Amino acid sequence: MSDQTYIAVASILGAALVMGFGAFGAALGESRLGSAGMDAIARQPDESGNLARNMLVGLAMIESTAIFALVIALVLLFANPFVK
Amino acid sequence: MNDDLFGSAVVLDLGPIPVTEGMVGSLVVTVGLLVVAAILGRAAERRPDSWPAAAGRMLVGFVQGIARDGAGHDAPMLAVFGATLFLFVAGSALYGQLPGVRAPTADLAVAATLALTVFFAVPIAGVRVRGVLGYLRHYTEGGVFLAPIEVISELSRTLALALRLFGNMMSGHLIVGLLVSLVGLLIPVPLMALDLAIGLIQAYIFTILACVYVGAAIQVEERQ
Repeated sequence: MSDQTYIAVASILGAALVMGFGAFGAALGESRLGSAGMDAIARQPDESGNLARNMLVGLAMIESTAIFALVIALVLLFANPFVK
Repeated sequence: MNDDLFGSAVVLDLGPIPVTEGMVGSLVVTVGLLVVAAILGRAAERRPDSWPAAAGRMLVGFVQGIARDGAGHDAPMLAVFGATLFLFVAGSALYGQLPGVRAPTADLAVAATLALTVFFAVPIAGVRVRGVLGYLRHYTEGGVFLAPIEVISELSRTLALALRLFGNMMSGHLIVGLLVSLVGLLIPVPLMALDLAIGLIQAYIFTILACVYVGAAIQVEERQ
């Protein structure tokens, strides 16, 4: 195999690992936030609107770590600077 | 595909300035917002009890609340800045739902431009409210040795702001595009709805973060 093939194989493997671990961490964080949010809403149903809004904001912030991983994976796949 | 994913295709060549899809989209969104603003403003003037006037007031109150949360006190200029960002990002998310176009914010250049606006708004607002020395002093609040960390955090949060917006908008576009090419009609509809919801939530988050960053710079110290 030539060097370019090795680089391509490594990039695809790297993209898969990045996306897998990135989604793993984000999913763990989102599940914790989701359970805490549900808990809070169950305790204080009167505040559910406020709590749900803050929870959504937190979810989107955590989601953005997975999105960063997605951007890195897409750079590796489609805009890799080492693949000629 | 390479050019389409991170930037957007050039649709028109005006001599030295290539006009990309993102630029056209931004222009359309801006003009659309101006038209809506004119309609709402006229309605608020002529018939203050009509529903467009009520919608306009709700929007203004919403963004004023975000600015107040960010700055810790009423901040009219910050509210105007936040409203501009919110309306543009939310308008782009709505525009991106039209068939055949992509949201201007799904273009890395447009998202980075918005993030840079926030990046430059922080020192401008800080110097205006607290003066040059007062603004520079906040870099050394945690100790002189933390000043470089503060500068790095300002740069990295700008990068995160740009990438968060771009990544969210682009990934929705990508997923819908993949599904349309794989399974065809009607299956991607729930994901398009999710994409729209994510776009609106991202507009809210972008505004909140911008208001928090600028609000921290214009906060008057309350120390004894």
